[in-house]
Amino acid sequence: MKFTRIAVAAVASAAALGLAACGGGSGGGSGSGSGSTVKVGIKFDQPGLGLKEGSNYSGFDVDVANFVAKELGVTPQFVEAVSSQRETLISTGQVKYIVGTYSITDKRKKDVSFAGPYFIAGQDLLVRADDSSITGPDSLAGKKLCSVKGSTSAANLQKKVPGVNLQEYNTYSLCVDALKAKNVDALTTDDTILAGYAAQPQNQGKLKVVGQKFSTENYGVGLKKGDQEFCNKVTAALQKFIDSGEWEKSVKKYLGPANYQPGPGNPPKPTCQL
Amino acid sequence: MGELFAQYNIFAAFGMTILLTVFAAIGSLVIGTVVAIMRVSPVGVFQRAGAFYVNTFRNTPLTLLIIAANIVMIVNLGFSFSEDIARDNIIWAIIALSVYHAAFVCEALRSGVNTVPVGQAEAARSIGLTFGQSLREVLLPQAFRGAITPLGNTLIALTKNTTVATAIGVAEISGLMKQMIEFRSDLLLPIFLIVAIGFVILTLPVGILTTYLSNRLAVKR
Repeated sequence: MKFTRIAVAAVASAAALGLAACGGGSGGGSGSGSGSTVKVGIKFDQPGLGLKEGSNYSGFDVDVANFVAKELGVTPQFVEAVSSQRETLISTGQVKYIVGTYSITDKRKKDVSFAGPYFIAGQDLLVRADDSSITGPDSLAGKKLCSVKGSTSAANLQKKVPGVNLQEYNTYSLCVDALKAKNVDALTTDDTILAGYAAQPQNQGKLKVVGQKFSTENYGVGLKKGDQEFCNKVTAALQKFIDSGEWEKSVKKYLGPANYQPGPGNPPKPTCQL
Repeated sequence: MGELFAQYNIFAAFGMTILLTVFAAIGSLVIGTVVAIMRVSPVGVFQRAGAFYVNTFRNTPLTLLIIAANIVMIVNLGFSFSEDIARDNIIWAIIALSVYHAAFVCEALRSGVNTVPVGQAEAARSIGLTFGQSLREVLLPQAFRGAITPLGNTLIALTKNTTVATAIGVAEISGLMKQMIEFRSDLLLPIFLIVAIGFVILTLPVGILTTYLSNRLAVKR
């Protein structure tokens, strides 16, 4: 009997804690701003692009998301958009739009529409700053590489360099650790993501982006399939972001510390791609 | 659905899942039996060491163990079995899975030992068998038979837990599932169905077999 009462009390207090946590979460997300609140999907774990630290969001993609929201006259509430869930989040209406290293591809255009590109990235290599033996995808024979399991970059590399000695983790940060510990020789994915890691204070001067892109990734803002009006508005906002010089300022701020220069074609001309 | 089978080697990925399961099952059975013997032995130091092992590994998240096997053992300490990264990770994943599930195997066996009436252990000692002899001839044979159901549960859990090995890049089915979702998000439902059905095919017979065996081999007292 006594035990039952204690158990009930424990469950009740746990439920109360859970509710309190939920309340805090939704309250912290909305900042001061005008208009209605919309949910915006970003990455939470990519330094320099979309990073959540406590209740602060920083990165190039976050700047894009904020600027677009400002132009639309709404207040963004950020939601984590993990790569594999992006199409689902949009098509079920859980987020209004997604700015999260989202490459425009024909396959994805079957499920979502894109406004963009707002940045042209490409797959590249991140190596230790003192390593001059790797100059591009052709100099990878006998080298150990690292990427994320199930990612486009990993599959792309395996196609490009058959039989490559590849370590795969579930996050890029483990790859960065293995790279610094000299257990792998290079990390491969989009150059923007690589530059974001190289620009982190603890990595500055220790890692460098090789700068030989071997794929083209057109980053777009993902939104609901076929929503022409909204797509046009977002495209206009992206154009203004580029024209106003905010684009360059943001790239310099977040990726500049890695000595990263945006590749040819940047800044691009965004269009609405339904 | 046929498209997926044509484009991705789903059978090879399930093959890796089975390989991890089989080797980790053998590894955890060996380690678990040793730890169980330590825990039921009359020597205090062994008992405490066995309890320490179980409490440590049973209460550590498996993801942590698997990533530690790679980051601590390979990356930082350089304990590498092979220059081939994929092979190295498979071996370390099997070790981590074995070490983790050995704690559960140990407890399953100990529950089996507890099904043997104390009188039998006392009788074995009183007719002059040593601890080792009474364990080998009287206690463990009955313990294994009494522990078939919990051992089967552990094996089923182990089969599903092999998916954690994807964290360090072992090419088993959940890693392939991630890859298929990345490239074929239009076939989300078939992908989930294939993986779910695959696991049911792997684990259901284990459940049926252990239920059958636990009835058949039960020690009638």
